Amino acid sequence: MVKENGNSDQHGRTLSLRLRVWRQNRGQPGHFEEHFLAAVPETASFLEMMDMLNEQLIREGKDTFAFDHDCREGICGMCSMTINGMPHGPLPGVTTCQLHMRNFRDGETITVEPWRARAFPVLKDLAVDRSAFDKVIQSGGFITVRTGSAPEANHTLVPKQVADEAMDAAECIGCGACVASCKNGSAMLFVGAKINHLNILPQGQPERERRTLAMVKTMDEAGFGNCTNYGECQAHCPKSITLDVIAKLNRDYLRARVKEFFSSTGKPSKGGE
Amino acid sequence: MPESSCSPCCQPASIGKKIIMALTGLVLAGFVLGHMSGNLLMFKGPQAINAYAEWLHSHPGALWIARFILILSVIGHIWTGILLTLENRAARAGGPAIDATRRASISSRTMPYSGIVILAFLGFHLLHYTFRKVALGGKDFGEDVYAMVVFGFSSPAVSVFYIVSMLLLCLHLSHGVSSVFQTLGLRNERWRGRVDLIATAYGWIIALGFISIPLAVLLGCIK
Repeated sequence: MVKENGNSDQHGRTLSLRLRVWRQNRGQPGHFEEHFLAAVPETASFLEMMDMLNEQLIREGKDTFAFDHDCREGICGMCSMTINGMPHGPLPGVTTCQLHMRNFRDGETITVEPWRARAFPVLKDLAVDRSAFDKVIQSGGFITVRTGSAPEANHTLVPKQVADEAMDAAECIGCGACVASCKNGSAMLFVGAKINHLNILPQGQPERERRTLAMVKTMDEAGFGNCTNYGECQAHCPKSITLDVIAKLNRDYLRARVKEFFSSTGKPSKGGE
Repeated sequence: MPESSCSPCCQPASIGKKIIMALTGLVLAGFVLGHMSGNLLMFKGPQAINAYAEWLHSHPGALWIARFILILSVIGHIWTGILLTLENRAARAGGPAIDATRRASISSRTMPYSGIVILAFLGFHLLHYTFRKVALGGKDFGEDVYAMVVFGFSSPAVSVFYIVSMLLLCLHLSHGVSSVFQTLGLRNERWRGRVDLIATAYGWIIALGFISIPLAVLLGCIK
């Protein structure tokens, strides 16, 4: 599969690429722009390759491509490119910044697009507005704690299994690949991960029902689609969050609805005694 | 009481719609199992199936309660299905120029299409054997259900339509039944494979059970 081209230097193999990159200004229609980039080391990350492309564009006196990035260590959730139709590219379980060019062939055409979803409007080129996720978190992705001196460490006991399960859900970095990969533009893997993270811990219990209802309501209002159990989100999630979190979100939502519907009014009804 | 902006009946939340889809789907999936089991009496001969039909009609109260629940489920399932499909198309905003699929099954991606064909089939099937208005050559079979079915399936075109529709029902059930478990929160990574297997097996059992009758008529095993 890998083709040697003899252009080896200290980085090993290098690649020549034909890149089709999305160009768009906010609120205007976008289009693909084609660029050729040579001598890309196979050890470069995908974002470093994009840096090389931008440097080439600067040398040519052209506009660079805007794209999101921050830590470049796979933990911040900022990078967000759809590479050949796959959010975060062809390698499962990694973010774009941790995807290296050795996973591509010399001479390959690579199509780079932003996340595509109504709830994530394009800001510029490959950067999209993911503040819909912030709104979901603001509506219930928190617990209420007493501030001040540090609490006694063993005050609230958390069974190991529960802590592990919460940690698995908390691995979500909120990048939005689940929405971008979902054929319905649904955010349920993200919301499921955030709700599970807090709903299964003892610290999350006081606001459990309120949190679930509020976060689902905000998710719906932001214009995300509805889950129809395709499973694409799990297959594209750079943190390999599983559909378990959606099953548990469904269960918690049903529970919260029933509890809300039959909540005590505290007073006898007018027709009563 | 909930301070929802709109009554939950006219605009249920995303998960509410999923739950409606799952519960109505569950009713319909249960119905096809009962219907298919009853149909297999065709292989026991005319007396068995005709007696079964007579027994059903001798309990009009129960029959109408069942029909009422089924009609409600069909309406709920279709209405929610249309809502979900339209909302999801809009939320995707066209999708990427290249749309790679890693995991979504063919059955999950064709649910609206298999559903539409099954609905068309349902309309034809009701006109055919319930109201007896089409494809029966204007004959009056009276209480003889056996003769009606044999006559109906002796037309290859009708039988092929039944068989194709049942294969699509198999496809629809293989995603639908496993989704019921996911939507009601009764699934995890350990059970995912098993539930998918159960759903696929259920789809095939239903489809093959139904298909056996037109096939038997076409092959001359039932006369």
